[in-house]
Amino acid sequence: MTAAPAIELKGISKAFGPVQANKDIAIRVMPGTIHGIIGENGAGKSTLMSILYGFYKADAGEIWINGTKKDITDSQAAIDAGIGMVFQHFKLVQNFTVLENVILGAEDGAMLRPSLAKARGVLKQLAEEYELNVDPDALIENLSVGHQQRVEILKALYREADILILDEPTGVLTPAEADHLFRILEGLKREGKTIILITHKLREIMEITDTVSVMRRGEMTATVKTAETSPEQLAELMVGRKVLLRVDKKPAQPKDTILEIRDLRHTDSAGVERLKGISLDVRAGEIVGLAGVSGNGQTELLRVLGGMTHATGTIRVNGQEIDLTGQHSDGQSRRARGIAHVPEDRHHEGLILPFSAWENTVFGYHRDPAIQKGPLMDNAAIKAEAQAKMDRYDVRPPNPNLAARNFSGGNQQKIVLAREIERDPDILLIGQPTRGVDIGAIEFIHQEIVRLRDKGKAMLLVSVELDEIMSLSDRIAVMFDGQIMGERLPSETDQTELGLLMAGVTDTQGKRAIDAIEENLRAKEAREASKHA
Amino acid sequence: MDKMPAWADAVLVPLFSILIAAFLSALVILAIGENPITAFMAMVDGALMKSTGWGYTLYYATNFIFTGLAVAVAFHARMFNIGGEGQAMLGGLGVALVCLYIPFPHWSVSLIFTIAAAGLFGAAWALIPGYLQAKRGSHIVITTIMFNFIAAALLNYVLVNLLKPTGAMEPATASFPAATHLPTFFDMFASDGNPLFRGSPANVSFFVAVLACILVWLLIWRTKLGYEIRAFGHSETGARYAGIPNVRITVIAMLISGALAGMMALNTTQGEAERLVLNAPEGAGFIGIAVALMGRSHPLGVFLAALLFGFLYQGVAELAFWNNIPRELGMVIQALVILFTGALDNMVRMPLEKLFLAFGRDKA
Repeated sequence: MTAAPAIELKGISKAFGPVQANKDIAIRVMPGTIHGIIGENGAGKSTLMSILYGFYKADAGEIWINGTKKDITDSQAAIDAGIGMVFQHFKLVQNFTVLENVILGAEDGAMLRPSLAKARGVLKQLAEEYELNVDPDALIENLSVGHQQRVEILKALYREADILILDEPTGVLTPAEADHLFRILEGLKREGKTIILITHKLREIMEITDTVSVMRRGEMTATVKTAETSPEQLAELMVGRKVLLRVDKKPAQPKDTILEIRDLRHTDSAGVERLKGISLDVRAGEIVGLAGVSGNGQTELLRVLGGMTHATGTIRVNGQEIDLTGQHSDGQSRRARGIAHVPEDRHHEGLILPFSAWENTVFGYHRDPAIQKGPLMDNAAIKAEAQAKMDRYDVRPPNPNLAARNFSGGNQQKIVLAREIERDPDILLIGQPTRGVDIGAIEFIHQEIVRLRDKGKAMLLVSVELDEIMSLSDRIAVMFDGQIMGERLPSETDQTELGLLMAGVTDTQGKRAIDAIEENLRAKEAREASKHA
Repeated sequence: MDKMPAWADAVLVPLFSILIAAFLSALVILAIGENPITAFMAMVDGALMKSTGWGYTLYYATNFIFTGLAVAVAFHARMFNIGGEGQAMLGGLGVALVCLYIPFPHWSVSLIFTIAAAGLFGAAWALIPGYLQAKRGSHIVITTIMFNFIAAALLNYVLVNLLKPTGAMEPATASFPAATHLPTFFDMFASDGNPLFRGSPANVSFFVAVLACILVWLLIWRTKLGYEIRAFGHSETGARYAGIPNVRITVIAMLISGALAGMMALNTTQGEAERLVLNAPEGAGFIGIAVALMGRSHPLGVFLAALLFGFLYQGVAELAFWNNIPRELGMVIQALVILFTGALDNMVRMPLEKLFLAFGRDKA
C-alpha cells in the first residue's frame, strides 16, 4: 500500500495534572481498514480518541489526516476533516425523529424542510448501501439501542465522514445486534471507509479488525496484525503479565434450595411492567447466571431481591417467605435475612463515593450493634477491620482513609465485594461484577466468586458480558422482556443459542429463529411505544 | 491529583473570598470619599479591641452559630433549609410561653426548659416542610421560605391578640420574670476592678451554642444517624440500596435543623430582650446560610464563620456611629461578604484549583 495513512498520530502526549494519560503515542491507520484499539480501563484509549475528535488539546504531538497535518481544535474541525464518532453513550435527542437527529447541527439553512428532504434521500441511499435501515420518522425514544446506534452511524455518514470511530459499540447490544453491526462495519470498509474500534473485548478484536493497537498506562505497547496474534498474547500485552482468561473451577455440588422465587412481578414508576412472573430457584453451592441484554428485567430482579423496590409474588429464603411490599421491605431487612447484594451500579448504589473507604466497608451494615459503642459508632474498630479487609482483598492503595472515589474501578469493586462477602451471607446477589474493572482484577473477582460458591453459598449473577456468564455460571437463566425464556447448562449450550434466547426466541432451531428475532424486537418496541403514548 | 488538598479548600477559599469582598468594600468606601483603612480600623476597634465590643461580637456570633448549624445539618441531608428565620421566630414563642407561664426558681432550671421549648417549637415549624418534601416532593426551599411568612404572620397575631399585656402599645410580650434572666458575660466575668463586657448582651447561651457545635459534630460524624444523614445526602440511590429510609431521614434532619434554628431564641429572646418582640431573629436565619456555606457545613467551620459574621455585624454597627459613613454602607459590606463567601464560592475555588493543579504538575 502506497497511499498515505488515513490517520497518523505522531508523539501525542496529554497529562491531567500529574497523571500522564497519553505518553508519546504514535499510530498509523491505513485507509479502508478496521483498526482496533484495546486496553484496560484508564489505559488512555478514550483520551486519545477525545484528542482526535477535538475535545481535548494534546500537550504535544501532531495529527495527520490523509497525508496533511491538521490542527483539530474542536469537534467541528474533526467533522470537517472527515472524522465521525459514535460514542458509548449516544448523543441523541430522545423526542426528535431519526431525521431530525441526523440533520441536527448540519442544517443547510434557516428553514428545516429542504434539509429534511435532502436527508431523507441520503438516508434511503445509505440504508441500501450498508444495511443501515431505520425508519426516518420514528422517534428516538421508541427505538431499540441497536437502532439508536445505527442513527449515530448515519449521523456521521451524513456529515460525509471517511473515518469512523466507535467507542465500545457492542456493550449494549445482543449478540445478534452486534453481528449486524459488524456486517455494517464490513460494508463500510468495502466502500473504503476507515474504522477505529475501541473495545476491551478480545473476541471482537479477533473477529473483525485488520490491525490492533494495545494501550497500557497511557502508552501504546504494541501494534500488530490481527491475523498474527492471539487473544492470550493481546491480554498479556494489555495487563503486562500472563492472564488466565478462563475461570478455573470444579463442578458445582449444589445442595438445598436457598432462594425460591415464584411468579414475581414488578411494575416501575412509569407504569411499565418490568418483571412478568419470574420463577427461579438458586441452591446452595451453585452460581446461577442471569443472561440478557440490559433493560430486560435483570436489573429490576436484583433490585427487588435486594429490597430496593417493591414487587408482588413470593420470595422464600431458606423456606421462609419475605416481605415484598410492606414497610420493612428494604435493604436492611434483606441483609437481616442473609441476603448480601453487590449492586450493578457501584458509583450510585454500592458506594458513597465521598465517604472514606473505611466508612464504605460498613455501608448497609452500619446499624450492626457489634460496631456501636454506646450511642456512637466504634469508628476505630471499623477502621481497623477495614484495614484488614483491604489487605485481604489486595485493595490498592491500602489506605482506609482515602475517599472511595479515589480508587480505580477494580479496587472500588473489591471494597464492595469485601464488605458483602465478609458478612458471610447465605445468598449473594452480584450485578455486573466486572463492569469497568481491569483484566487483572477480573481474575481476582472471579476467583472470589467461585471460592464463595464452594463454601456453599447461593449465588445469583447478573452480567451483560455473555462470556462472563458462560464461564462463571453453573446454570444459566436467560431473560427477555421481563420473563425467563429458559434455563440452560453452560456445558450444553453456546453463544448462538443464548443469543437467540436473549432476543426472545425460544425455538432455537433453524433459520425461522432469525426472522423471529426481528419480529420480537419490533413487537417489544411497539409495546413500549404504546405505553409511552 | 484532580483536586486541591482539603485544607486549601477549607481555609484558602474562604480567605480569598473575604479578601475580595474586603477589597470591593474598600473601593466603595473610597468612592464616598472616606479612607478604607481608617474605616477598617474602626471596625476592628469597635468589635474586637474592647470587652464591650467582644460582648456584642459574641452575642451576634451566638445567633449565627445556631442558625449556621441548622443550615449545616440540613445540608448534610442535601436539603436547603432557608426557613431558619421562621423556625427561630417560633422558637422565640416557645421560649416566651415557658418563661411567662412556668414559675422558675432559678435561671438554670429555666434554661433547660427553654432549650427544650425553643427546640420543640423550631422543630415543629420545620416538620411540615420536611414531611411535605419527603412524602410529596414539595421543594423544601419553597415551603420553608413560605413558612417564614406564615411564622411572621402567626407571631404578629399571637403577640397582638394573645400575649400583649393590656394597655401596651407595642406588639410584644410582657418582660419575663427575673428568675428567667440569663446571666450575661458581665455578670459572669466582671469583677469590681475589672468591668469586663459591661453593657453588652453576650450571655450564657453562647456556651449552649458551643455545646451545640460539639453535639452536632458527634451526631454527624460519630453516630449511625449522622452516617445515614450523610449517606442519604450524598446519594439517594445509595441510601435506597443500604435500606436507609428516605422519609425518616428527611424528616429527622429537618427536625434537628429546625430545633437548632429555634434555639437561637435563647440568645435573643431570653438572653437579650427578656421578652418576645416581633421579628426577633432580625435576619440571622438567612445569615446562617452564608455561615454554613463558609464553614463547609462543619461545626468548627460554622463556629469560626459565625465569629467572623459576629465581628462584621458589630464592626458595621460601630461604623454607623461615624457621621460620614452612612448606615447603609454597613449593609453593603455585609452583603459583599455573603455574596463572595456564599453565593460566589466557585468563582474563587475554580481559579484557585487550577493554580494548585498547575503547581502540583510542576513538582511532579
